[in-house]
Amino acid sequence: MDLFLQYLITGLTVGSIYALLAVGFVTIYNVTGVLNLAQGEFAMIGALSCVTLVNLGIPIFGAIPLAILITAIIGLAVERLAINPARKATPIVLVVITLGVSIFLKGMGLIIWGTSPKSLPPLVESKSIEFMGAVVNSQSLWILVVLIAHLVVLYWFFEKTFLGSALRASEKNPRAASLMGINTSTMSMIAFTIAAGLGAIAGVMIAPLTDATYEMGFFIGIKGFVAMIFGGMHSIPGAVAGGLLLGVIEAFSGGYISTYYSDALAFGFLLLVLFFRPQGLFTKATGERV
Amino acid sequence: MFKVESLSSRIGKIQILHSLDFHVDKGEIVSIIGANGAGKSTLLNTLAGIYTPVEGKVTLQDDLISGLPAHKIVGKGLCLVPEGRQIFPGHTVKENLTLGIYSKYYKDRKHVEENLERMLELFPGLKKHYHRIGGNLSGGEQQMLAIGRALMSDPKIILLDEPSMGLAPKIVNEILEILVRIKEEMGTMVILVEQNVKAALKVADRAYVMDQGKFIMNGTNEEISSNPEVKSAYLGIKVG
Repeated sequence: MDLFLQYLITGLTVGSIYALLAVGFVTIYNVTGVLNLAQGEFAMIGALSCVTLVNLGIPIFGAIPLAILITAIIGLAVERLAINPARKATPIVLVVITLGVSIFLKGMGLIIWGTSPKSLPPLVESKSIEFMGAVVNSQSLWILVVLIAHLVVLYWFFEKTFLGSALRASEKNPRAASLMGINTSTMSMIAFTIAAGLGAIAGVMIAPLTDATYEMGFFIGIKGFVAMIFGGMHSIPGAVAGGLLLGVIEAFSGGYISTYYSDALAFGFLLLVLFFRPQGLFTKATGERV
Repeated sequence: MFKVESLSSRIGKIQILHSLDFHVDKGEIVSIIGANGAGKSTLLNTLAGIYTPVEGKVTLQDDLISGLPAHKIVGKGLCLVPEGRQIFPGHTVKENLTLGIYSKYYKDRKHVEENLERMLELFPGLKKHYHRIGGNLSGGEQQMLAIGRALMSDPKIILLDEPSMGLAPKIVNEILEILVRIKEEMGTMVILVEQNVKAALKVADRAYVMDQGKFIMNGTNEEISSNPEVKSAYLGIKVG
């Protein structure tokens, strides 16, 4: 039982990181119709720039928001320089553009930060806490709390603010949104900025758990992508649930079977989802009233 | 006054509209009727800026609006209620209406509140669903919501694309009555595109008949509805 709880907490911690990436994917995909393959690179930039800022002597709690800000600005620049000029192109062309952006950002990461892995000092002094029989790293718990807070803020933003409501409208039906006077190009810019910021948070949160390198973006991006598929590609709550589920699957298969197989099991589960519920696990069958 | 001069439009490589001329005077309902595929929806979408015209001029009270992107045209005072209503199904009724006045939301919150109240007065049926999501409304209520959402932006001219589609005759009548009210109370110009010709001619002041991207006839609604060709082709009345 105590092990079960330990795996569950580990799974939820890693899963909430995937959830942030998946929300980034969903936000961009729905507002612009683009599957942003550079999403993982935003996590890399967030993590590594945070390491650099900490090494420059900035305290960690100042470095984190700065790193997120830097990444968000890069996300905005990517949209304005690479996506917006090609707005009229077909979605597949835009996806290839994001692949190019991903390779470019990874290359820049290599030039700036080199090949050696960098680690971020722990956010809080690392000690083990006993929680209902399970031994949990305080670091993990802290990350979990931060991530939950961010997900709550995201929920509030999308559901309760007017800008969030306009973004959701552009997601649902860009043409009708433009008939309301909503500039969908601005919405696309905002979507990329938010997604990049979310990627950076994910990167900063994962850096103390594993090391950060210039090529970390690919794998973490794939994980976020899988989480989005679990959730059905269109729904933000679905993406969050998908991320948590993926994290928990990985943690349990790593704990009870073998860490060698945890990725294989997670991706195997993805195949099952694609075979049997390609519309996503958490979406209801949809129908339009005519 | 709303004026369209030699407007041509194409979708992809196919020319849909061929040099159309027409106008709507203040406080007038103009109906555009025609068969499926005549180009009526393309015309409305071109006026609203979804498609860019390849030729011609559209002016709204001497303000040139053709060539502007859709979201700017709304600000100039032209609003389209698209075919199939296209409300935002996951948004509440209130959110749907508020999005209609998007460009003024941050500038004049009081005005937004006033318009919301006016819409509830105009469409009392929406009141009890105010905080429920739009996707659960009936077809007629969704159409009311779509019209209300368009009126939120205080349009000088409102374009409606097949508002009667899939609705019961009683509800169609309610919607037509509202159009007359909008015209009389707010002096809004209305362009009504309909396949339900009988209904359209009931409220229109004038009508244009469209065929293959051209106007083949125009006149007051009496002239149009008594025309033998219109009678046989669109009203299903056998002549002679």
